Amino acid sequence: MKPLKKISWISLLVSSLLLTVTYFVPIWKIDLWAPQYPEGLSMSIWLYKLSGQVDIINGLNHYIGMAHIKEEMFPEFKILPYAVGIIIALGVVTALSKNRKMVLGFLVLLIVSGVIAMYDFWKWGYEYGHNLSDDAAIKVPGMAYQPPLIGYKELLNFGAYSIPDIGGWLFVLLGAVTIGVVIFETKTNK
Amino acid sequence: MKINYLRIVAIGATIAGMAACKPANEKASSDSFLAGDAAERAYVKPGEHDEFYNIVSGGFNGQLSVVGLPSGRTLKIIPVFSQFAENGWGYSEETKPMLNTSHGFVPWDDSHHVALSTTNSEHDGKWAFINGNNTPRIARVSLSTFRTEEIIELPNSGGNHSSPFITANTEYAVAGTRFSVPPDAKADVPISSFKQNFKGYISFVSIDKNTGRMGIKFQLKTPGVSFDLARAGKAKSAGWFFFSTYNTEQANSLLEVNASQKDKDFILAVNWKKAEEYLAQGKGKKEAAKYAHNVYSDETHSATSTIMNEVMTLDPKECPGMLYFMPCPKSPHGCDVDPTGQYIVGSGKLAAVIPVFSFDKMIKAIESKTFDGDFDGIPVLKYDAVLHGEVKKPGLGPLHTEFDGKGNAITSFFVSSELVKWNIEKLEVVDRVPTFYSVGHLSIPGGPTAKPHGKYVVAYNKITKDRYLPTGPELAQSAQLYDISGDKMKLILDFPTTGEPHYAESIPAALVEKNVKKIFKLEENKHPYAAKGEKETKVVRKGNEVHVYMTAIRSHFAPDNIEGVKMGDVVYFHVTNLEQDWDVPHGFAVRGNLNAEVLVMPGETSTLKWIPTKVGVTPMYCTDFCSALHQEMQGYVRVSPAGSNVPLTWGLGKNPTAEAEKKVAKK
Repeated sequence: MKPLKKISWISLLVSSLLLTVTYFVPIWKIDLWAPQYPEGLSMSIWLYKLSGQVDIINGLNHYIGMAHIKEEMFPEFKILPYAVGIIIALGVVTALSKNRKMVLGFLVLLIVSGVIAMYDFWKWGYEYGHNLSDDAAIKVPGMAYQPPLIGYKELLNFGAYSIPDIGGWLFVLLGAVTIGVVIFETKTNK
Repeated sequence: MKINYLRIVAIGATIAGMAACKPANEKASSDSFLAGDAAERAYVKPGEHDEFYNIVSGGFNGQLSVVGLPSGRTLKIIPVFSQFAENGWGYSEETKPMLNTSHGFVPWDDSHHVALSTTNSEHDGKWAFINGNNTPRIARVSLSTFRTEEIIELPNSGGNHSSPFITANTEYAVAGTRFSVPPDAKADVPISSFKQNFKGYISFVSIDKNTGRMGIKFQLKTPGVSFDLARAGKAKSAGWFFFSTYNTEQANSLLEVNASQKDKDFILAVNWKKAEEYLAQGKGKKEAAKYAHNVYSDETHSATSTIMNEVMTLDPKECPGMLYFMPCPKSPHGCDVDPTGQYIVGSGKLAAVIPVFSFDKMIKAIESKTFDGDFDGIPVLKYDAVLHGEVKKPGLGPLHTEFDGKGNAITSFFVSSELVKWNIEKLEVVDRVPTFYSVGHLSIPGGPTAKPHGKYVVAYNKITKDRYLPTGPELAQSAQLYDISGDKMKLILDFPTTGEPHYAESIPAALVEKNVKKIFKLEENKHPYAAKGEKETKVVRKGNEVHVYMTAIRSHFAPDNIEGVKMGDVVYFHVTNLEQDWDVPHGFAVRGNLNAEVLVMPGETSTLKWIPTKVGVTPMYCTDFCSALHQEMQGYVRVSPAGSNVPLTWGLGKNPTAEAEKKVAKK
């Protein structure tokens, strides 16, 4: 079996190493807009913390009986930094091994962890959006406040956007590069 | 007979002609000066911001207005010297000390002149200063919080009119007394002993470059005249200050006549750098004087008032070369320095000319001792030796002058009710427009600075009459905005103002907007009675004082049920607004309180005092429509008879958020 072409293993190496940036930038963000908030409200999710106007969002959400968003709600914050570290390490090892089977394996790993992460995020959103207090001041029959997994959704007077932040786009980049490498290597080695 | 008929017809025609020649009404003449596209020039689209902040004195309301230009929209009233029930200024425990004076609590004043802080004679957007005319004071207002941060009282003064004009780098704000008075420490003298015992004190109030903190550095004990207005020099004249005077006749009764006798009064030129030298040489004398110095802190959200007991004075007789008088026709009012610092414009309100003095000539006259005698020991410079020239037949009753930065001055004329634009070098009138009616002060954005933005001028009128829908005997004041960017001044807007504006300044919005504070950070709140979260709320009894450590957040107070208050108690509600979001104030009011409300900004703590007057359950509620459930933001205090044994208890219902958190945690 031929080793990976130079362009393949180098792009894999670089995009894996780029993931180290995700320790310093948010990976996801939720932007909210309402008539009373022309300037918008924003919450950022990092590998290990939350930032942005979380307190203000919590203050508003108490009317509909939602829980306060707190970092304790996310046990993921304790795991994610290590998980990403492992992905970086595996990416580097794969690139340096120049082994095509390893690349295939790495791609499977990326897809599986991506799916798990998105499911986890959806599940948090579901719990947060559906578990409302019975004493909430504003109760809209049949209404839940689950934020969109990705994209735009209207929640009462708020428009909510859920989109990857810089860190998230770096994961997307790594996935795209890995897929590209697999296709490229398969085509050129027929 | 034929001829007689003709004569009758001729007479009839003449009468008809006379009727047609009746002066056109003022509305028509206002129209003729209106720009064709006036609406467009003054229009600010919904949602867009004005180009300038116009900081306007409130006159007899004692406050400061913030107006947007060119729209003329009033954006805020900043309470300064007068109690303001609307937000609790002067009613809350924290702000009461701001209105303290050596006389005690003074709930009102008359605020005339605005001075915006400058660096190198250009606006720097830090502070606005304003005078209290009646009980002599100067206040400093932050252009970040738009709140009054400091007020200093001026001893040995009566009528702080010639104030609070500032030096080029805001080193000093001055305060020249409008009434000469005997020194506070020896004030029980016959009024008729004016000439022997009365002095015209001028205070130099120093301003800290970083904190803005004020202090009276020294007072000049000048001869007993009335100081009217003043301006600092700029650039080469920056070390000098110029004050207009009247009543150099030194009359103490019927001034209307007795202070209008002399052909010329004076502009006093003060070499303040020289005064500093004399002070450094130890020429100053400390004199007993009682005055209040009040400072507000954004950290404790509270003011403190300190009574000072002495003031440094300088006697001009012992300080030669510090003061000179320049003769100026007939009771000068405005005394304005052009953007270069070369020309000083005196506006003799009863004079037929506008004299313009030359700083260079003044220095030359001082050096060559071209004096015309002295006034109470102070050299009087020869009029012709210091004069650049006179503007002839400018109008009637000149009051104030501002500059457009293009070599022109614009002067307001009260009696002939107009603004007149004239060229400073050539001393020629170039344009005039009527005002409606009887303009007092005028204001060009940056007009008193070295960098005027000669786009607009506002006329602040003293008479309103028919300009707006009538509102009974008492009317709003009228202001007009003119576009002065072209050769002809064009009227573009008429707008009513609050209080009775005297002087105002305008500053480009870009210099201020970026520094505007939106909230007070809760973690920086150092108020001794702050509750920075609902867990810190409590009610504490100290003798007959009951202190409620209360919080407000959309949409409840904590606690909102209190029992155990008794008749004879004094209750202090210390309300902390827990919000950290812009434009979410909470208000707080109690039924039957012999007091106002408090309006509490995000992160701030304010205290409302309440002495219960009746036994029973007293409602309290939020007065600022804060949220969808604002109407539910209410609570009760139970007041029991004196000596009752109802225990002190307080509480708040269960918060639904906690329940939701438990549910989510279960996942």
